[in-house]
Amino acid sequence: MKRSWLPPLSLIFCLAFLYLPLAEIFVGSVNNSRFGGPWRGFTWDHYRRVFGDREILSCLENTLAIAVAATAISMTLGTLAAFALHRHRGRLQFLHHALIYTPLVVPEILMGMSLLLFFASLGAELGFWTILAGHITFCLSYVAMTVLSRLQDFDFTLVDAARDLGAGNWQAIRKILLPLLMPGILAGGLLAFTLSLDDFVVTFFISGPASKTLPIYIFSSIKHGSPTKLNALSALLLIVTFLAVVLGRRLGGRRSAGESRPG
Amino acid sequence: MTDTLLRFAGVSHSFGSVLAVDEVSLAIRRGEVFSLLGPSGCGKTTLLRICAGFQRPDRGRIILDGADLTDLPPEKRQVNTVFQNYALFPHLNVFDNIAFGLRIARRPEAEVRREVGRMLELTDMGEHAGKRVEAISGGQKQRVAIARALINRPLVLLLDEPLAALDLKLRQRMLVELDSIHDEVGITFLYVTHDQGEAMSISDTIAVMNRGRVEQIGSPAEIYEAPQSSFVAAFIGDTNFFDGAVREADGDYCRVAIEGFADVLLFNDKKVRPGGAVHLSLRPEKLLILQEPPPAGEERRNTVRGIVEEVVYLGAATKYWVRVGEYRLAVYRQHRRFLLDEKPIKWGDSVWLNWHADDGYMLERYSEADEELLSLPDTGFEAEAGSPPGPAPEEGK
Repeated sequence: MKRSWLPPLSLIFCLAFLYLPLAEIFVGSVNNSRFGGPWRGFTWDHYRRVFGDREILSCLENTLAIAVAATAISMTLGTLAAFALHRHRGRLQFLHHALIYTPLVVPEILMGMSLLLFFASLGAELGFWTILAGHITFCLSYVAMTVLSRLQDFDFTLVDAARDLGAGNWQAIRKILLPLLMPGILAGGLLAFTLSLDDFVVTFFISGPASKTLPIYIFSSIKHGSPTKLNALSALLLIVTFLAVVLGRRLGGRRSAGESRPG
Repeated sequence: MTDTLLRFAGVSHSFGSVLAVDEVSLAIRRGEVFSLLGPSGCGKTTLLRICAGFQRPDRGRIILDGADLTDLPPEKRQVNTVFQNYALFPHLNVFDNIAFGLRIARRPEAEVRREVGRMLELTDMGEHAGKRVEAISGGQKQRVAIARALINRPLVLLLDEPLAALDLKLRQRMLVELDSIHDEVGITFLYVTHDQGEAMSISDTIAVMNRGRVEQIGSPAEIYEAPQSSFVAAFIGDTNFFDGAVREADGDYCRVAIEGFADVLLFNDKKVRPGGAVHLSLRPEKLLILQEPPPAGEERRNTVRGIVEEVVYLGAATKYWVRVGEYRLAVYRQHRRFLLDEKPIKWGDSVWLNWHADDGYMLERYSEADEELLSLPDTGFEAEAGSPPGPAPEEGK
């Protein structure tokens, strides 16, 4: 049978559609020209300028601090939420699921606006803490959903077995349950990290003048800032996000060892 | 030997409205292999989980070595479990799985290494110590599960259908190995199974369970040869059942009228008076199948004529289905000189069946609800795994 040329062609077309704009950013970030435009030779200059810019560095610090904190907190809370949902089943189970799931599908602009109104009504000063709280609201859902799907396949006789061999309740959780769920927790955490890292819409509503994140900085300097520097900065952001996604996929894609059953 | 190690005293447990375990009292002697045998849903696994501490009974006490452990959590009980699906920890290798109990108990690492080494040797798993548990075979997982459970030196080892996940050949081999491990460590085994063949071959004592109750406790031979209920008679091995009425009772024996039979002489252990109804169990291997009428004048033997309807060659024996009136009797005949001078019995042959008055057993009739649990033999084609093929070993009465 003759091989059809259609699948490879459509694949190439899709990839081009998705990645040409991104390629433009990478090319621009190493193009030796002040304002972009035609190719003027290769340079690392723009990257050097990014790391020399005080404002960018302070935004980067902000962004990373928020992402790391939001990830850590949502990993803890999300895992606990998943446990609670899994172990205590009731008639309102589906409702609880929906409540955890909703933040994933609610339009971001609504999330941002409602958070802004909420913080305003509390009289909270917009800044680092409001951004952190806002990020946790959606990051938590991702971690909870990832861990919950792992728990649904988890063989709880393993916990019985640990208890049987002398482990107390907490020891069984620490030595058996957590290590086996860790890939799921980490995958959820990495997803949360990338979401927090490049969130723009929600952050736009609840960030104050004193604390900007990188996406906010990029947006605000797109009109008057140096486009080449933004190219370099965006390229860096992309690389970090891409690495986190790949790592998260690898962790999430591996079958949790706890699922395997003999026979 | 009356040294009771583990005692269940009036244990009951229900799940919602289902009574899973109903007033069970058992005494398990030190060092024996005690089996809980019954169809699925009979409460045997619940009883095991109650003993391990995963389930709190609604009523009753569990006494181990004189101490009441009903209220203790699993980790405080000196019993260990071999789970049906092994429940090996997938993130630990073979060595670390076996070492788990000792490490939890914070034993010095030198002792851990020594003890795990001992267990690896006992279960013949030495060369696999460093392997991931997903990389070893089902039989090897089984051995790791046993080693892991034995390393804490439990007073009782609980085994929950330990061989159910293995194929037939491996199951038979593991059964022998389990037996030799038991001989070596001398620990009391509480063994849960639905497979009568397994229970018969490994146990010192069997408790046959049905609907949350213990129907009979005894040695494998007692259970097989002298079943106390028709459920036990039908669940353990093959049997033929008859309904009849006592015509005359005379001392130890009575004459029973069964439709289609000449009066049957039967040992009257229940002292049934004339007129009383009896339900009779007669094992297939107790029946002699003859092509000539048996010599007259034999004491206390019954004879009946029938037509062979089905012949199933099983290798060591042949199973015949013989039509007598409205009954269809299963009969085993062991081959001794099959090809040499046994005249083969064929389909449609007219034969004589002959058995001793002591070989029939009077029982109460099992309830209709039990019937579906038993999957009573009605064809000749269930010479399946587990049950001892052909005639069960004949034991003197």
